[in-house]
Amino acid sequence: MADSRALYQEVILDHNKKPRNYGTLDHATHRAYGHNPLCGDHLKVGLTLAGERIDAIGFEGESCAICKASASMMTTVVKGRLRAEVEALIGEFRDMTTGKLDVAGPHHLGRLTVFAGVRDLPTRVKCAILPWHTLHAALNAVPVVSTESDGDPMHAPIGDA
Amino acid sequence: MTASAREQPVEAGLDTTAIRADFPILGLAVEGKPLVYLDNAASSQMPQPVIDRMVRYQTSEHANIHRAVHYLSETATREYEAARARLARFINAREEREVIFTSGTTEAINLVMHGYGRRFIGAGDEIILTTLEHHSNIVPWQMLAEEKGAVIRVVPINDAGELLIDDYEALFNAHTRLVCMTHVSNALGSVNPVRRMIDFAHAKGVPVLVDGAQAVPHMRVDVQALDCDFYAFSGHKLCGPTGIGVLYGRAELLEKMQPFKGGGDMILSVTFEKTTYAGIPQKFEAGTPPIAAAIVLGAAIDYLSGIGMDAIAAHEHDLLAYASAEVARIPGVRIVGTAREKAAVLSFVIQGVHPHDVGTLLNQEGIAVRTGHHCAQPVMRRFSLAATSRASFAFYNTHAEVDALVAGIRMVQKVFT
Repeated sequence: MADSRALYQEVILDHNKKPRNYGTLDHATHRAYGHNPLCGDHLKVGLTLAGERIDAIGFEGESCAICKASASMMTTVVKGRLRAEVEALIGEFRDMTTGKLDVAGPHHLGRLTVFAGVRDLPTRVKCAILPWHTLHAALNAVPVVSTESDGDPMHAPIGDA
Repeated sequence: MTASAREQPVEAGLDTTAIRADFPILGLAVEGKPLVYLDNAASSQMPQPVIDRMVRYQTSEHANIHRAVHYLSETATREYEAARARLARFINAREEREVIFTSGTTEAINLVMHGYGRRFIGAGDEIILTTLEHHSNIVPWQMLAEEKGAVIRVVPINDAGELLIDDYEALFNAHTRLVCMTHVSNALGSVNPVRRMIDFAHAKGVPVLVDGAQAVPHMRVDVQALDCDFYAFSGHKLCGPTGIGVLYGRAELLEKMQPFKGGGDMILSVTFEKTTYAGIPQKFEAGTPPIAAAIVLGAAIDYLSGIGMDAIAAHEHDLLAYASAEVARIPGVRIVGTAREKAAVLSFVIQGVHPHDVGTLLNQEGIAVRTGHHCAQPVMRRFSLAATSRASFAFYNTHAEVDALVAGIRMVQKVFT
């Protein structure tokens, strides 16, 4: 078992304390609300798509540090990227946190690998994934997602949400 | 240490060193640290004499009960019914047949909902619940209300987590048919004045179900002294196994109720034209019951009785007072639930830190607490919280473990500064 304190690294604590791209995005073209009814974590993600590129993105909500830091880092990573790239990244992030992707191998996650430790904490995987699941929903015009719905990434492939 | 050697005066306190030696699991290391198990309200641990009883049953006494005439079946039947008698004595039921084995508190409450509620509660009838209920004493009644067109009324609480008794009394009217309330709140630890509330309901001719899941492990419970009509509790919170619980019911009420589940063991005779049901308690124990679990629960009751429920209550009261004072001294930590009468539960929030982060970081120190809404979302909503961290104590917990919790909370605060 990995030292779970390793999960609470400086970068995660910093994004939790000073979340980037925090707040409502006016004129968002895509929005979604994500909710984990089991713990009460909830967040809104809004983004502006210019053609196929994410031009602007913002989030807000109430959640644990893992969820908030994951959301904050997600926004910084996906801003300016093409939708297809982002969808691929969502898949890689999910595979990393559920233990299906070995970060020692090839991937495009960069510093998002700080979240790799949650794979050893099954009860916390949903905290890390919720923002990504919500982003996926926003990109695919699903207004509300829940970690406990059929679209739950723990129960079904995220692409089917 | 044997159970009988545990009998000692309350003033002497508990010899936790000797008691802990009975619990193999308490010797575990978690994350390289000695386990500090403070999640007893969710489930308590099992001592070796109770584990040994499980092994003895499976190795030399097991067969199906109430069936065959052979040696093992008779042995298992005798031990199963002896466990019922132990449970009846433990809660001071008038008769052994007033003790029905269920899979746990949840099933016990559902049994009353189906057996009593569906027969005697109809459209426009009212059921009184309290804000402090666990979801297991809310959802079955909502299902009944939806099916029958009945109405649910809820007793509010104050900021300390105490029921407002005047409001409770004001909820009664000509349509009130049943009161269902918890004895001790699982989320806050509040001990409700159930005796007084039962007296009031009875004066109005209304029966009362008490959810005793969080009370029976921590205090002497006497169903005759409480004068309750139904009392439900679980074995696994009493140092027993999972999958077993008890519904106590007043015999005259149980006799009027319809069966909950149909099947073998709950009948006198079956033809395709008509089935005649067995008397209580068999009427409510369809199918092969959890025989081993019931017998092992009987052994757990013996173990607890050997220590003494009053001694357990006194030890836990002392531990809770110490923990409450120590945690209250930490700046930035708020205790949720400050009722004058409390049992074994310390719910708290750390300013600026989500309870799930608290739980994960405490686990790193080997400390097991529960984090979340504790299956009591109405309580959380009352305090405008999504979740709390909850430390809950048993008789085997120590002051040193409280100190570990306090140090753990300070460590969490340091990580998040």
